[in-house]
Amino acid sequence: MAFFTHPITRFIARRLLHSVVVLLGVLVLVFALVHVVPGDPVRIALGTRYTPEAYDALRSASGLDRPIVEQFFGYIGSALTGNLGVSFRNGDPVTLTLLERLPATVSLGLVGIVIALLIALPAGIWSALREGRASDAIVRVTSQFGVSIPDFWLGILLIAFFATTLGWLPTSGYRPLFDDPAGWLRHIVLPGLTVGLVAAAIMTRYVRSAVLEVASMGYVRTARSKGLTPRVVTFRHTVRNALVPVLTITGIQLATILGGVIVVEVVFAWPGLGRLVYNAVAARDYPVIQGAVLLIAALFLLINLIVDVLYAVVDPRIRLA
Amino acid sequence: MTTFADETTRVASWRLLLRNPVTVVSAVVLGVVVFVAVAATWITPFGVNDVDVPNALQPPSGDHWFGTDELGRDLLSRVLVATQASMRVAVVSVAFAVVVGVTVGVVAGYRGGWVDTVFMRIVDVMFAFPVLLLALAVVAILGPGTTTTILAIGIVYTPIFARVARASTLGVRVEPFVQMSRAMGTGNLYILGRHIVPNIAGPLVVQTSLSLAFAILSEAALSFLGLGIQPPQPSLGRMIFDSQGFVTMAWWMAVFPGAAIFVIVLAFNLVGDGLRDVLDPKQRTMIEARSKR
Repeated sequence: MAFFTHPITRFIARRLLHSVVVLLGVLVLVFALVHVVPGDPVRIALGTRYTPEAYDALRSASGLDRPIVEQFFGYIGSALTGNLGVSFRNGDPVTLTLLERLPATVSLGLVGIVIALLIALPAGIWSALREGRASDAIVRVTSQFGVSIPDFWLGILLIAFFATTLGWLPTSGYRPLFDDPAGWLRHIVLPGLTVGLVAAAIMTRYVRSAVLEVASMGYVRTARSKGLTPRVVTFRHTVRNALVPVLTITGIQLATILGGVIVVEVVFAWPGLGRLVYNAVAARDYPVIQGAVLLIAALFLLINLIVDVLYAVVDPRIRLA
Repeated sequence: MTTFADETTRVASWRLLLRNPVTVVSAVVLGVVVFVAVAATWITPFGVNDVDVPNALQPPSGDHWFGTDELGRDLLSRVLVATQASMRVAVVSVAFAVVVGVTVGVVAGYRGGWVDTVFMRIVDVMFAFPVLLLALAVVAILGPGTTTTILAIGIVYTPIFARVARASTLGVRVEPFVQMSRAMGTGNLYILGRHIVPNIAGPLVVQTSLSLAFAILSEAALSFLGLGIQPPQPSLGRMIFDSQGFVTMAWWMAVFPGAAIFVIVLAFNLVGDGLRDVLDPKQRTMIEARSKR
């Protein structure tokens, strides 16, 4: 019984329920996507390939000839069991296509977030500890530059310099990690840097303000006044506590990267979810757009849920609030 | 009616804002950008679509300050007109987001109860979609083009304003002057317009500046993908896309449109940060305390 009344169990249950409600809302919106298209989505998708036979076949295969209520419950039921329909363009099962594309996007996201953390953690902590000095100003200005740079422009400049001019790295493309680890690494450096540098700029600002906020707390002052060395105060009392909010922003950034690398994937011809969505939007392949949007939104919710739960586990003030 | 205290706070805010050199420089840069956006069509040295093939891919020179593209078109003229288009999209879409988002947020925060629950769950659902993905979904429905881009960016930023407005409203509605006004039987609309909205303006102004920065980036990204502003109208994002094939032999084709986006976004971000320092009371006390040290 104690398990069910424990604050953390109640917090997780509440948070889980919230995610389920939001996911249902996402499902409704994604279902509605194909129905709010002005005109006939099947006709638009077929374009110049239109013939009455092809039209009827696609309409019936996609279930759009059934009553809307039946379609709605059919879609929700199928989606929950992992069936996201078939592509308007090539008839491939959408779920399979998404699963094929997922590893490329996930690997790019993870490499990007690792690069971002490697830069943002030392830069943000350094900047906060030297608040108001020249080095703080340099970090702040640099991170502001990073936040303002269009990622696709950065990608093109990196390609122009490191790939085309110096010839050190390939301009674009992808190799699966397990088939060709060296090739994977060579191909992921530039897109990873593009994603990572922009994320690093955002995260440096968060790390800096998190450290500054903790540094102004009473317990840090107490630690200092009871004679602890600056090193202990900095790392054991300040930085360690500041890492809790940093965890949140890392999760949010990872989720944002997974759903937001569309342009970077297009620049680097990276065969991930982003480029799939882009091609699907250009071809008006609605089932693929629906599937990809649903998958990315679900991943986004899942990462946020995990981060919130971890946050509550690490910081008791959250679940008790 | 403005009280003496209001007046003093406002003067102090302006003074704090003007004391920050970064904010002042950024505001001046933004002033120039706004001038360019308004006057672009009159100040361009060449027509944006004047093809001059013999002069294609010319580097920056006295005649063509930013050089020419693969069709010999003047890049400076194209960057100026594209900046105008970008600014128009950003301003209209953020205005849309402010009007809709603030209305939703204020009503939700002020009314509370089921209205708040329903509005905020809708906002939560919209937050589950990454920004560019949601914008792409809108483009997938309505087809590419300037109006769609405005609507897509507007829809994407609406929930952000709704959240900021709601959070601020929750803080203001319990203030004694609002309670008093309610007790005196003042109508809800009057309270919202006279007491709530003016008192939550600070965070909204900050959010507007930051959102304009991101709206410029989003428009550029959509245009880069060919889903935003359509040719023959020049757009900064599309110019960068077109530069990809020429990046080593004509660096200026990629550098100038990208630098234009970068400068505009940076200026909006820095002005937003400067405004936050002044309009956010917590930050403001810190700055004042520091300047008195």
